[in-house]
Amino acid sequence: MSSVDLCGIELAHPIINASGTFDAIAARRAFGDAVLDEFPFSAYVSKTITPEPRVGNAPPRLWEEAAAMVNSIGLPNKGATGFLADDLPQLAELPVPLIVSVMATSSEGFAELVSAVAEREEVSAIELNVSCPNVHSGLIVGEQPSETTALLGSLRPLTGKPLIVKLTPNIADPASIAVAAEAAGADSVSLINTLKAAPLSPGGEPWLGAGSGGLSGPAVRTIALRQVADVAAAVSIPIIGMGGVESGSHARDLLAAGARVVAVGTASFRDPAAGTRIRAELVDGVAALG
Amino acid sequence: MGARRGPASRGRSFVPERVLAPFGRRRSEVVANEVSGGYRIVSSVDPSGPVPAAGQFYMLTCERGWGGGGERPFLPRAFSVADAVAGPEGVRLSFLLEDVGPGTHELARLGRGDGLLLTGPLGSPFSMPRELNRDAAGAILVGGGIGLAPLALWRRTLAERGLPERSLLGFRDRAHSGGMELFRCSEVRLASEDGHAGHRGYVTDLLNVMLEGDDARSSVVYACGPPPMLEAVRALCAEREVEAELAMESPMACGYGACFGCAMPLRDGGYMRLCVDGPVVRASAVETALVAGAGHR
Repeated sequence: MSSVDLCGIELAHPIINASGTFDAIAARRAFGDAVLDEFPFSAYVSKTITPEPRVGNAPPRLWEEAAAMVNSIGLPNKGATGFLADDLPQLAELPVPLIVSVMATSSEGFAELVSAVAEREEVSAIELNVSCPNVHSGLIVGEQPSETTALLGSLRPLTGKPLIVKLTPNIADPASIAVAAEAAGADSVSLINTLKAAPLSPGGEPWLGAGSGGLSGPAVRTIALRQVADVAAAVSIPIIGMGGVESGSHARDLLAAGARVVAVGTASFRDPAAGTRIRAELVDGVAALG
Repeated sequence: MGARRGPASRGRSFVPERVLAPFGRRRSEVVANEVSGGYRIVSSVDPSGPVPAAGQFYMLTCERGWGGGGERPFLPRAFSVADAVAGPEGVRLSFLLEDVGPGTHELARLGRGDGLLLTGPLGSPFSMPRELNRDAAGAILVGGGIGLAPLALWRRTLAERGLPERSLLGFRDRAHSGGMELFRCSEVRLASEDGHAGHRGYVTDLLNVMLEGDDARSSVVYACGPPPMLEAVRALCAEREVEAELAMESPMACGYGACFGCAMPLRDGGYMRLCVDGPVVRASAVETALVAGAGHR
Protein backbone atom coordinates (compact mmCIF):
# COMPACT_ATOMS: atom_id res chain seq x y z
CA MET A 1 0.00 0.00 0.00
CA SER A 2 1.39 3.39 -0.92
CA SER A 3 2.36 5.92 1.68
CA VAL A 4 -0.03 8.51 3.03
CA ASP A 5 0.52 12.23 3.53
CA LEU A 6 -0.87 13.52 6.82
CA CYS A 7 -0.36 17.30 6.98
CA GLY A 8 3.04 16.95 5.34
CA ILE A 9 4.09 13.95 7.43
CA GLU A 10 4.74 10.95 5.24
CA LEU A 11 3.30 7.79 6.75
CA ALA A 12 4.23 4.36 5.40
CA HIS A 13 0.60 3.20 5.56
CA PRO A 14 -2.74 4.52 6.86
CA ILE A 15 -2.94 2.70 10.22
CA ILE A 16 -1.94 4.55 13.40
CA ASN A 17 -2.94 4.17 17.06
CA ALA A 18 -5.55 6.09 19.00
CA SER A 19 -4.14 8.11 21.88
CA GLY A 20 -4.07 6.21 25.15
CA THR A 21 -4.53 2.75 23.71
CA PHE A 22 -0.95 1.61 23.15
CA ASP A 23 1.82 2.47 25.61
CA ALA A 24 4.94 1.83 23.55
CA ILE A 25 7.22 2.14 26.58
CA ALA A 26 5.28 -0.38 28.65
CA ALA A 27 4.96 -2.65 25.61
CA ARG A 28 8.74 -2.83 25.39
CA ARG A 29 8.83 -4.05 28.98
CA ALA A 30 6.45 -6.87 28.05
CA PHE A 31 7.61 -7.74 24.53
CA GLY A 32 11.13 -6.32 24.30
CA ASP A 33 12.51 -4.87 21.09
CA ALA A 34 10.08 -6.93 19.02
CA VAL A 35 7.83 -3.91 19.50
CA LEU A 36 10.29 -1.85 17.44
CA ASP A 37 10.91 -4.53 14.83
CA GLU A 38 7.21 -5.26 14.35
CA PHE A 39 5.76 -1.83 15.17
CA PRO A 40 2.11 -1.98 14.09
CA PHE A 41 1.54 1.69 13.34
CA SER A 42 2.82 4.20 10.78
CA ALA A 43 2.82 6.97 13.39
CA TYR A 44 2.68 6.84 17.16
CA VAL A 45 0.23 9.01 19.10
CA SER A 46 1.23 9.40 22.75
CA LYS A 47 -1.05 9.16 25.72
CA THR A 48 -2.34 12.62 26.61
CA ILE A 49 0.03 14.69 28.70
CA THR A 50 -1.01 17.57 30.94
CA PRO A 51 1.03 20.47 32.36
CA GLU A 52 1.28 18.87 35.81
CA PRO A 53 1.56 15.16 36.71
CA ARG A 54 -1.66 13.26 37.28
CA VAL A 55 -2.10 9.92 39.07
CA GLY A 56 -5.39 9.14 37.37
CA ASN A 57 -8.80 8.15 38.68
CA ALA A 58 -9.55 5.86 41.57
CA PRO A 59 -10.33 2.28 40.50
CA PRO A 60 -12.38 0.56 39.26
CA ARG A 61 -11.43 2.06 35.91
CA LEU A 62 -12.87 -0.53 33.52
CA TRP A 63 -16.18 -2.08 32.65
CA GLU A 64 -16.77 -4.75 30.02
CA GLU A 65 -19.85 -4.21 27.88
CA ALA A 66 -21.37 -5.98 24.90
CA ALA A 67 -18.85 -5.54 22.05
CA ALA A 68 -17.41 -2.63 23.96
CA MET A 69 -15.75 -1.42 27.11
CA VAL A 70 -16.06 1.63 29.30
CA ASN A 71 -12.93 3.24 30.67
CA SER A 72 -12.40 5.94 33.24
CA ILE A 73 -8.64 6.24 33.48
CA GLY A 74 -8.27 9.94 34.24
CA LEU A 75 -5.21 10.74 32.11
CA PRO A 76 -2.44 9.53 34.43
CA ASN A 77 0.82 11.01 33.15
CA LYS A 78 4.13 12.40 34.33
CA GLY A 79 3.31 16.00 33.41
CA ALA A 80 5.13 18.02 30.78
CA THR A 81 8.50 18.04 32.52
CA GLY A 82 8.49 14.32 33.27
CA PHE A 83 7.26 13.43 29.80
CA LEU A 84 9.87 15.50 28.01
CA ALA A 85 12.70 14.23 30.21
CA ASP A 86 11.78 10.54 30.62
CA ASP A 87 9.32 9.44 27.98
CA LEU A 88 10.12 11.45 24.89
CA PRO A 89 13.67 10.07 24.49
CA GLN A 90 12.27 6.53 24.62
CA LEU A 91 9.43 7.32 22.23
CA ALA A 92 11.97 8.85 19.84
CA GLU A 93 13.41 5.34 19.43
CA LEU A 94 10.21 4.20 17.71
CA PRO A 95 10.63 3.71 13.97
CA VAL A 96 7.76 6.07 13.08
CA PRO A 97 6.81 9.77 13.38
CA LEU A 98 5.67 10.87 16.82
CA ILE A 99 2.44 12.76 17.53
CA VAL A 100 2.07 14.05 21.09
CA SER A 101 -1.39 14.43 22.61
CA VAL A 102 -1.78 17.34 25.03
CA MET A 103 -4.51 18.68 27.28
CA ALA A 104 -4.79 21.66 29.64
CA THR A 105 -7.61 23.43 31.42
CA SER A 106 -6.77 26.91 30.13
CA SER A 107 -5.47 28.41 26.92
CA GLU A 108 -2.38 29.53 28.84
CA GLY A 109 -1.76 25.96 29.99
CA PHE A 110 -2.27 24.69 26.45
CA ALA A 111 0.10 27.35 25.11
CA GLU A 112 2.91 26.42 27.47
CA LEU A 113 2.46 22.75 26.71
CA VAL A 114 2.31 23.21 22.95
CA SER A 115 5.37 25.46 22.98
CA ALA A 116 7.40 23.04 25.08
CA VAL A 117 6.44 20.02 23.00
CA ALA A 118 6.66 21.65 19.58
CA GLU A 119 10.22 22.80 20.04
CA ARG A 120 11.42 19.21 20.40
CA GLU A 121 12.61 17.92 17.06
CA GLU A 122 11.45 14.37 17.92
CA VAL A 123 7.84 15.57 17.70
CA SER A 124 6.20 15.63 14.27
CA ALA A 125 2.74 16.88 15.23
CA ILE A 126 0.56 17.73 18.22
CA GLU A 127 -2.92 16.46 18.92
CA LEU A 128 -5.10 18.72 21.07
CA ASN A 129 -7.33 16.80 23.48
CA VAL A 130 -10.10 19.37 23.95
CA SER A 131 -12.54 17.16 25.87
CA CYS A 132 -11.89 19.10 29.08
CA PRO A 133 -13.45 22.14 30.69
CA ASN A 134 -11.87 25.55 30.36
CA VAL A 135 -11.43 26.71 33.96
CA HIS A 136 -12.23 30.28 32.94
CA SER A 137 -15.47 29.67 31.04
CA GLY A 138 -16.49 26.35 32.55
CA LEU A 139 -17.26 25.14 29.04
CA ILE A 140 -15.86 22.05 27.40
CA VAL A 141 -13.60 23.46 24.69
CA GLY A 142 -14.37 20.74 22.21
CA GLU A 143 -18.11 21.13 22.64
CA GLN A 144 -18.21 24.83 21.67
CA PRO A 145 -17.17 26.22 18.28
CA SER A 146 -16.34 29.57 19.88
CA GLU A 147 -14.07 27.97 22.48
CA THR A 148 -12.37 25.90 19.78
CA THR A 149 -11.81 29.01 17.66
CA ALA A 150 -10.36 30.91 20.60
CA LEU A 151 -8.02 28.08 21.60
CA LEU A 152 -6.70 27.55 18.08
CA GLY A 153 -6.30 31.31 17.75
CA SER A 154 -3.93 31.30 20.70
CA LEU A 155 -2.03 28.15 19.74
CA ARG A 156 -1.68 28.50 15.97
CA PRO A 157 0.97 31.27 16.12
CA LEU A 158 3.14 29.18 18.46
CA THR A 159 4.25 26.49 16.05
CA GLY A 160 4.47 25.58 12.42
CA LYS A 161 4.03 21.91 13.28
CA PRO A 162 0.70 20.32 12.47
CA LEU A 163 -2.04 20.78 15.07
CA ILE A 164 -4.67 18.04 15.16
CA VAL A 165 -7.95 18.63 17.02
CA LYS A 166 -9.48 15.53 18.62
CA LEU A 167 -13.25 15.82 18.26
CA THR A 168 -15.75 14.61 20.81
CA PRO A 169 -18.74 12.56 19.65
CA ASN A 170 -20.79 13.80 22.59
CA ILE A 171 -22.44 16.73 20.85
CA ALA A 172 -25.16 17.01 18.25
CA ASP A 173 -22.96 18.40 15.48
CA PRO A 174 -19.27 17.43 15.62
CA ALA A 175 -18.82 18.94 12.14
CA SER A 176 -19.42 22.41 13.60
CA ILE A 177 -16.32 21.98 15.77
CA ALA A 178 -14.34 20.69 12.81
CA VAL A 179 -15.34 23.73 10.76
CA ALA A 180 -14.29 26.06 13.57
CA ALA A 181 -10.99 24.23 13.98
CA GLU A 182 -10.22 24.38 10.27
CA ALA A 183 -11.07 28.08 10.05
CA ALA A 184 -8.79 28.81 13.01
CA GLY A 185 -5.84 27.04 11.45
CA ALA A 186 -6.02 23.41 12.55
CA ASP A 187 -4.21 21.07 10.15
CA SER A 188 -6.29 17.98 10.85
CA VAL A 189 -9.09 16.62 12.99
CA SER A 190 -9.33 13.20 14.59
CA LEU A 191 -12.52 11.46 15.63
CA ILE A 192 -14.26 9.89 17.39
CA ASN A 193 -13.26 10.11 21.03
CA THR A 194 -15.12 7.83 23.44
CA LEU A 195 -18.84 8.21 24.12
CA LYS A 196 -19.88 9.19 27.62
CA ALA A 197 -21.17 6.18 29.50
CA ALA A 198 -22.06 5.26 33.09
CA PRO A 199 -22.07 1.54 33.92
CA LEU A 200 -23.78 0.38 37.09
CA SER A 201 -22.81 -2.38 39.48
CA PRO A 202 -25.17 -5.34 39.91
CA GLY A 203 -26.50 -3.46 42.95
CA GLY A 204 -27.33 -0.40 40.87
CA GLU A 205 -24.51 1.79 42.11
CA PRO A 206 -22.03 3.57 39.83
CA TRP A 207 -19.35 1.00 39.07
CA LEU A 208 -16.46 3.21 38.06
CA GLY A 209 -14.41 5.01 40.67
CA ALA A 210 -14.98 8.30 38.87
CA GLY A 211 -18.69 7.60 38.39
CA SER A 212 -18.70 7.57 34.60
CA GLY A 213 -16.37 7.05 31.69
CA GLY A 214 -16.10 6.61 27.93
CA LEU A 215 -17.38 3.79 25.73
CA SER A 216 -15.23 2.32 22.96
CA GLY A 217 -15.00 -0.83 20.89
CA PRO A 218 -16.91 -2.35 17.97
CA ALA A 219 -20.22 -1.08 19.34
CA VAL A 220 -19.32 2.52 18.39
CA ARG A 221 -18.11 1.75 14.85
CA THR A 222 -21.20 2.82 12.95
CA ILE A 223 -21.37 6.03 14.99
CA ALA A 224 -17.81 6.78 13.92
CA LEU A 225 -18.67 6.08 10.28
CA ARG A 226 -21.53 8.56 10.40
CA GLN A 227 -19.56 11.28 12.19
CA VAL A 228 -16.49 10.92 9.95
CA ALA A 229 -18.73 11.23 6.90
CA ASP A 230 -20.40 14.33 8.36
CA VAL A 231 -17.07 15.96 9.14
CA ALA A 232 -15.61 15.00 5.75
CA ALA A 233 -18.52 16.78 4.08
CA ALA A 234 -17.79 19.95 6.05
CA VAL A 235 -14.00 20.39 5.97
CA SER A 236 -11.13 19.83 3.58
CA ILE A 237 -8.31 19.21 6.09
CA PRO A 238 -7.32 15.55 6.51
CA ILE A 239 -9.28 13.41 8.94
CA ILE A 240 -7.95 10.74 11.27
CA GLY A 241 -10.88 8.35 11.63
CA MET A 242 -11.32 5.94 14.50
CA GLY A 243 -13.95 4.05 16.42
CA GLY A 244 -14.33 0.31 16.84
CA VAL A 245 -12.00 -0.70 14.01
CA GLU A 246 -11.30 -4.43 14.32
CA SER A 247 -10.47 -5.47 10.75
CA GLY A 248 -9.15 -4.30 7.44
CA SER A 249 -12.64 -3.92 6.05
CA HIS A 250 -13.58 -1.70 8.98
CA ALA A 251 -10.56 0.48 8.19
CA ARG A 252 -11.53 0.57 4.52
CA ASP A 253 -15.03 1.71 5.48
CA LEU A 254 -13.64 4.66 7.44
CA LEU A 255 -11.32 5.59 4.57
CA ALA A 256 -14.30 5.46 2.23
CA ALA A 257 -16.25 7.69 4.62
CA GLY A 258 -13.58 10.34 4.21
CA ALA A 259 -10.74 9.55 6.60
CA ARG A 260 -7.16 9.99 5.37
CA VAL A 261 -5.74 7.85 8.17
CA VAL A 262 -7.38 5.27 10.44
CA ALA A 263 -6.54 4.84 14.11
CA VAL A 264 -6.84 1.54 15.97
CA GLY A 265 -7.73 1.76 19.65
CA THR A 266 -9.58 -0.80 21.73
CA ALA A 267 -8.62 -3.60 19.33
CA SER A 268 -5.02 -3.24 20.54
CA PHE A 269 -6.12 -4.14 24.06
CA ARG A 270 -7.35 -7.50 22.81
CA ASP A 271 -4.32 -8.13 20.64
CA PRO A 272 -1.24 -5.93 20.90
CA ALA A 273 -0.47 -6.62 17.23
CA ALA A 274 -4.01 -5.89 16.03
CA GLY A 275 -2.73 -2.92 14.02
CA THR A 276 -0.41 -5.18 12.03
CA ARG A 277 -3.24 -7.55 11.17
CA ILE A 278 -5.62 -4.74 10.26
CA ARG A 279 -3.03 -3.15 7.97
CA ALA A 280 -2.40 -6.51 6.28
CA GLU A 281 -6.13 -7.10 5.80
CA LEU A 282 -6.51 -3.60 4.40
CA VAL A 283 -3.72 -4.21 1.88
CA ASP A 284 -5.16 -7.59 0.92
CA GLY A 285 -8.63 -6.12 0.59
CA VAL A 286 -7.44 -3.29 -1.63
CA ALA A 287 -5.51 -5.78 -3.77
CA ALA A 288 -8.57 -8.02 -4.05
CA LEU A 289 -10.63 -5.07 -5.27
CA GLY A 290 -8.03 -4.69 -8.01
CA MET B 1 15.87 0.77 11.63
CA GLY B 2 19.06 1.94 13.25
CA ALA B 3 20.75 0.83 16.45
CA ARG B 4 18.35 0.37 19.29
CA ARG B 5 19.04 1.73 22.71
CA GLY B 6 16.34 0.02 24.68
CA PRO B 7 15.69 0.28 28.37
CA ALA B 8 17.37 -3.07 28.91
CA SER B 9 20.66 -2.10 27.35
CA ARG B 10 20.66 1.10 29.35
CA GLY B 11 20.46 -0.93 32.54
CA ARG B 12 17.24 0.64 33.71
CA SER B 13 14.74 -1.02 36.00
CA PHE B 14 14.46 -4.23 34.05
CA VAL B 15 13.49 -7.33 36.02
CA PRO B 16 15.96 -9.93 34.79
CA GLU B 17 13.75 -12.95 35.42
CA ARG B 18 10.82 -11.51 33.49
CA VAL B 19 10.35 -13.69 30.44
CA LEU B 20 9.46 -11.52 27.44
CA ALA B 21 6.43 -12.41 25.36
CA PRO B 22 6.36 -12.65 21.58
CA PHE B 23 4.68 -9.52 20.24
CA GLY B 24 1.03 -10.12 19.44
CA ARG B 25 -1.65 -12.65 20.17
CA ARG B 26 -1.10 -16.20 18.94
CA ARG B 27 -3.00 -19.48 18.78
CA SER B 28 -2.37 -22.38 21.09
CA GLU B 29 -4.21 -25.68 20.84
CA VAL B 30 -6.13 -27.11 23.75
CA VAL B 31 -4.89 -30.59 24.66
CA ALA B 32 -6.82 -31.19 27.88
CA ASN B 33 -9.67 -29.77 29.91
CA GLU B 34 -10.07 -31.76 33.10
CA VAL B 35 -12.34 -31.43 36.09
CA SER B 36 -10.41 -30.86 39.29
CA GLY B 37 -12.79 -30.68 42.23
CA GLY B 38 -14.90 -27.58 41.68
CA TYR B 39 -12.39 -26.19 39.20
CA ARG B 40 -11.05 -27.09 35.78
CA ILE B 41 -7.50 -27.35 34.53
CA VAL B 42 -7.25 -26.27 30.90
CA SER B 43 -3.99 -27.14 29.14
CA SER B 44 -2.88 -26.00 25.73
CA VAL B 45 0.28 -26.26 23.68
CA ASP B 46 1.87 -22.97 22.73
CA PRO B 47 3.90 -23.68 19.61
CA SER B 48 6.05 -20.55 19.54
CA GLY B 49 6.20 -18.93 22.95
CA PRO B 50 8.88 -19.20 25.64
CA VAL B 51 8.69 -21.10 28.92
CA PRO B 52 7.20 -18.61 31.40
CA ALA B 53 8.43 -17.86 34.90
CA ALA B 54 6.18 -18.63 37.88
CA GLY B 55 3.93 -15.70 38.72
CA GLN B 56 3.62 -14.53 35.14
CA PHE B 57 0.27 -14.56 33.39
CA TYR B 58 -1.37 -14.82 29.99
CA MET B 59 -4.29 -12.97 28.45
CA LEU B 60 -6.67 -15.68 27.21
CA THR B 61 -9.38 -15.59 24.56
CA CYS B 62 -11.26 -18.54 23.11
CA GLU B 63 -10.82 -18.67 19.35
CA ARG B 64 -14.55 -19.31 19.00
CA GLY B 65 -17.47 -18.06 21.03
CA TRP B 66 -15.81 -14.92 22.36
CA GLY B 67 -18.18 -11.98 21.91
CA GLY B 68 -20.13 -14.17 19.54
CA GLY B 69 -23.12 -15.99 20.96
CA GLY B 70 -23.79 -13.69 23.89
CA GLU B 71 -23.11 -10.09 24.77
CA ARG B 72 -19.92 -10.88 26.63
CA PRO B 73 -17.08 -11.75 26.94
CA PHE B 74 -15.45 -9.04 24.86
CA LEU B 75 -12.07 -8.52 26.51
CA PRO B 76 -9.47 -11.24 27.08
CA ARG B 77 -9.09 -12.67 30.58
CA ALA B 78 -5.89 -12.69 32.62
CA PHE B 79 -4.78 -16.04 34.06
CA SER B 80 -1.66 -16.95 35.98
CA VAL B 81 0.08 -19.94 34.53
CA ALA B 82 -0.18 -22.95 36.86
CA ASP B 83 2.19 -25.24 35.02
CA ALA B 84 4.48 -25.02 32.01
CA VAL B 85 6.40 -27.90 30.46
CA ALA B 86 8.50 -27.65 27.31
CA GLY B 87 7.94 -30.45 24.81
CA PRO B 88 8.60 -31.25 21.17
CA GLU B 89 5.40 -29.52 19.98
CA GLY B 90 5.85 -26.44 22.14
CA VAL B 91 5.23 -25.39 25.71
CA ARG B 92 2.34 -27.11 27.44
CA LEU B 93 0.66 -24.42 29.55
CA SER B 94 -1.92 -25.20 32.23
CA PHE B 95 -4.44 -22.77 33.65
CA LEU B 96 -6.68 -23.29 36.66
CA LEU B 97 -10.13 -21.78 36.35
CA GLU B 98 -13.57 -21.73 37.89
CA ASP B 99 -16.71 -21.10 35.83
CA VAL B 100 -17.92 -17.90 37.49
CA GLY B 101 -18.62 -15.46 34.65
CA PRO B 102 -18.99 -15.15 30.88
CA GLY B 103 -15.25 -15.37 30.20
CA THR B 104 -14.50 -18.32 32.44
CA HIS B 105 -17.69 -20.00 31.17
CA GLU B 106 -16.36 -20.01 27.61
CA LEU B 107 -12.91 -21.11 28.76
CA ALA B 108 -14.42 -23.95 30.81
CA ARG B 109 -16.16 -25.26 27.66
CA LEU B 110 -12.97 -25.62 25.62
CA GLY B 111 -12.32 -29.05 24.20
CA ARG B 112 -9.33 -30.87 22.77
CA GLY B 113 -8.26 -29.31 19.49
CA ASP B 114 -9.96 -25.97 20.15
CA GLY B 115 -8.00 -22.79 19.71
CA LEU B 116 -6.98 -20.81 22.76
CA LEU B 117 -5.63 -17.40 21.77
CA LEU B 118 -3.02 -16.07 24.13
CA THR B 119 -0.72 -13.14 24.72
CA GLY B 120 2.10 -13.73 27.13
CA PRO B 121 3.89 -14.51 29.32
CA LEU B 122 3.28 -11.12 30.88
CA GLY B 123 4.17 -9.34 34.09
CA SER B 124 6.69 -9.82 36.83
CA PRO B 125 7.41 -13.28 38.29
CA PHE B 126 8.10 -14.31 41.88
CA SER B 127 11.51 -13.41 43.26
CA MET B 128 13.88 -15.98 44.71
CA PRO B 129 13.74 -16.14 48.53
CA ARG B 130 17.28 -14.77 48.87
CA GLU B 131 16.34 -11.70 46.82
CA LEU B 132 13.74 -10.85 49.45
CA ASN B 133 15.65 -11.88 52.57
CA ARG B 134 19.35 -12.68 52.54
CA ASP B 135 18.86 -15.04 55.47
CA ALA B 136 15.97 -16.91 53.89
CA ALA B 137 16.12 -20.61 54.61
CA GLY B 138 12.85 -21.52 52.95
CA ALA B 139 9.62 -20.44 51.42
CA ILE B 140 6.06 -20.59 52.68
CA LEU B 141 3.48 -20.65 49.90
CA VAL B 142 -0.03 -19.54 50.85
CA GLY B 143 -2.81 -20.16 48.35
CA GLY B 144 -6.50 -19.44 48.56
CA GLY B 145 -8.95 -21.15 46.22
CA ILE B 146 -8.25 -20.62 42.56
CA GLY B 147 -5.29 -18.49 43.62
CA LEU B 148 -3.15 -21.55 44.16
CA ALA B 149 -2.42 -21.57 40.42
CA PRO B 150 0.81 -19.50 40.25
CA LEU B 151 2.06 -21.09 43.46
CA ALA B 152 1.93 -24.53 41.84
CA LEU B 153 4.50 -23.56 39.21
CA TRP B 154 6.49 -21.64 41.81
CA ARG B 155 6.58 -24.64 44.12
CA ARG B 156 7.96 -26.78 41.32
CA THR B 157 10.53 -24.12 40.43
CA LEU B 158 11.73 -23.93 44.03
CA ALA B 159 11.84 -27.70 44.38
CA GLU B 160 13.88 -28.06 41.20
CA ARG B 161 16.42 -25.68 42.70
CA GLY B 162 16.50 -27.62 45.94
CA LEU B 163 14.97 -24.81 47.97
CA PRO B 164 12.77 -25.91 50.89
CA GLU B 165 9.14 -24.92 50.63
CA ARG B 166 5.98 -25.57 52.55
CA SER B 167 2.56 -24.99 51.04
CA LEU B 168 -0.59 -23.90 52.84
CA LEU B 169 -3.78 -24.06 50.83
CA GLY B 170 -7.20 -22.86 51.88
CA PHE B 171 -10.65 -23.32 50.39
CA ARG B 172 -14.12 -22.04 51.13
CA ASP B 173 -15.92 -25.37 50.80
CA ARG B 174 -15.88 -28.55 48.76
CA ALA B 175 -17.56 -26.94 45.75
CA HIS B 176 -14.96 -24.21 45.70
CA SER B 177 -11.83 -26.30 45.91
CA GLY B 178 -9.58 -28.16 43.52
CA GLY B 179 -6.29 -28.06 41.72
CA MET B 180 -4.60 -30.19 44.37
CA GLU B 181 -2.98 -32.43 41.77
CA LEU B 182 -0.89 -29.43 40.73
CA PHE B 183 0.82 -29.77 44.13
CA ARG B 184 1.66 -33.45 43.94
CA CYS B 185 4.78 -34.61 45.75
CA SER B 186 4.65 -31.57 47.97
CA GLU B 187 4.19 -30.97 51.64
CA VAL B 188 0.78 -29.36 51.76
CA ARG B 189 -1.34 -28.34 54.72
CA LEU B 190 -4.98 -27.65 54.11
CA ALA B 191 -7.62 -25.42 55.60
CA SER B 192 -11.26 -25.12 54.68
CA GLU B 193 -13.93 -22.84 56.02
CA ASP B 194 -16.50 -25.67 56.11
CA GLY B 195 -14.03 -28.16 57.58
CA HIS B 196 -14.29 -30.64 54.70
CA ALA B 197 -10.51 -30.85 54.46
CA GLY B 198 -7.79 -30.05 56.96
CA HIS B 199 -8.06 -27.28 59.51
CA ARG B 200 -11.54 -25.81 59.85
CA GLY B 201 -10.94 -22.12 59.33
CA TYR B 202 -8.73 -19.88 57.26
CA VAL B 203 -5.42 -20.68 55.64
CA THR B 204 -4.07 -17.60 57.38
CA ASP B 205 -4.67 -19.41 60.69
CA LEU B 206 -2.09 -21.94 59.54
CA LEU B 207 0.28 -19.20 58.46
CA ASN B 208 -0.14 -17.49 61.82
CA VAL B 209 0.94 -20.63 63.64
CA MET B 210 3.83 -21.23 61.29
CA LEU B 211 5.15 -17.72 61.71
CA GLU B 212 5.11 -18.15 65.49
CA GLY B 213 7.95 -20.61 65.12
CA ASP B 214 11.58 -19.68 65.66
CA ASP B 215 12.31 -19.84 61.97
CA ALA B 216 9.78 -17.17 61.01
CA ARG B 217 12.44 -14.57 60.36
CA SER B 218 14.20 -16.93 57.97
CA SER B 219 11.08 -17.53 55.92
CA VAL B 220 9.72 -15.74 52.91
CA VAL B 221 6.01 -15.85 52.19
CA TYR B 222 4.47 -16.06 48.72
CA ALA B 223 0.72 -15.71 48.52
CA CYS B 224 -2.07 -15.68 45.98
CA GLY B 225 -5.79 -15.77 46.61
CA PRO B 226 -8.87 -13.65 47.08
CA PRO B 227 -8.23 -10.04 48.16
CA PRO B 228 -9.38 -10.50 51.79
CA MET B 229 -6.98 -13.44 52.19
CA LEU B 230 -4.12 -11.51 50.61
CA GLU B 231 -4.83 -8.57 52.86
CA ALA B 232 -4.73 -10.86 55.91
CA VAL B 233 -1.40 -12.28 54.71
CA ARG B 234 -0.04 -8.79 54.07
CA ALA B 235 -1.05 -7.55 57.51
CA LEU B 236 0.29 -10.65 59.26
CA CYS B 237 3.64 -10.52 57.49
CA ALA B 238 3.96 -6.80 58.18
CA GLU B 239 3.30 -7.43 61.87
CA ARG B 240 5.83 -10.26 62.06
CA GLU B 241 8.35 -8.48 59.83
CA VAL B 242 8.41 -11.32 57.34
CA GLU B 243 9.13 -10.53 53.72
CA ALA B 244 6.29 -11.45 51.40
CA GLU B 245 5.31 -11.30 47.78
CA LEU B 246 1.68 -11.22 46.73
CA ALA B 247 0.44 -12.34 43.32
CA MET B 248 -2.49 -10.00 42.80
CA GLU B 249 -5.38 -9.79 40.43
CA SER B 250 -7.26 -6.88 38.94
CA PRO B 251 -9.60 -6.40 36.01
CA MET B 252 -7.49 -5.47 33.00
CA ALA B 253 -8.24 -5.00 29.33
CA CYS B 254 -4.83 -5.53 27.77
CA GLY B 255 -2.24 -7.05 30.14
CA TYR B 256 0.72 -5.08 28.72
CA GLY B 257 0.41 -1.57 30.11
CA ALA B 258 -1.76 0.01 27.45
CA CYS B 259 -5.16 0.42 29.07
CA PHE B 260 -4.17 1.67 32.55
CA GLY B 261 -7.18 -0.17 33.93
CA CYS B 262 -5.40 -2.30 36.55
CA ALA B 263 -4.49 0.57 38.85
CA MET B 264 -3.28 -0.57 42.27
CA PRO B 265 -2.80 2.07 44.99
CA LEU B 266 0.81 2.37 46.18
CA ARG B 267 1.76 2.95 49.80
CA ASP B 268 3.60 6.12 48.83
CA GLY B 269 0.75 7.52 46.78
CA GLY B 270 -0.30 7.16 43.18
CA TYR B 271 -0.89 3.87 41.44
CA MET B 272 1.01 1.07 39.79
CA ARG B 273 -0.19 -0.85 36.77
CA LEU B 274 -0.58 -4.38 38.03
CA CYS B 275 0.05 -5.87 34.58
CA VAL B 276 3.55 -4.46 34.04
CA ASP B 277 4.58 -3.49 37.60
CA GLY B 278 3.02 -6.71 38.96
CA PRO B 279 1.13 -8.99 39.22
CA VAL B 280 3.66 -10.17 41.80
CA VAL B 281 4.32 -7.27 44.16
CA ARG B 282 6.27 -6.82 47.37
CA ALA B 283 3.72 -6.85 50.16
CA SER B 284 5.44 -3.84 51.70
CA ALA B 285 4.83 -1.77 48.55
CA VAL B 286 1.05 -1.71 48.79
CA GLU B 287 -1.17 -0.06 51.35
CA THR B 288 -3.78 -2.79 51.06
CA ALA B 289 -4.37 -5.91 49.04
CA LEU B 290 -8.08 -5.17 48.75
CA VAL B 291 -8.54 -4.37 45.07
CA ALA B 292 -11.42 -2.24 43.86
CA GLY B 293 -13.38 -3.73 41.00
CA ALA B 294 -12.33 -7.32 41.55
CA GLY B 295 -15.96 -8.44 41.51
CA HIS B 296 -16.74 -7.76 37.84
CA ARG B 297 -16.39 -11.09 36.13
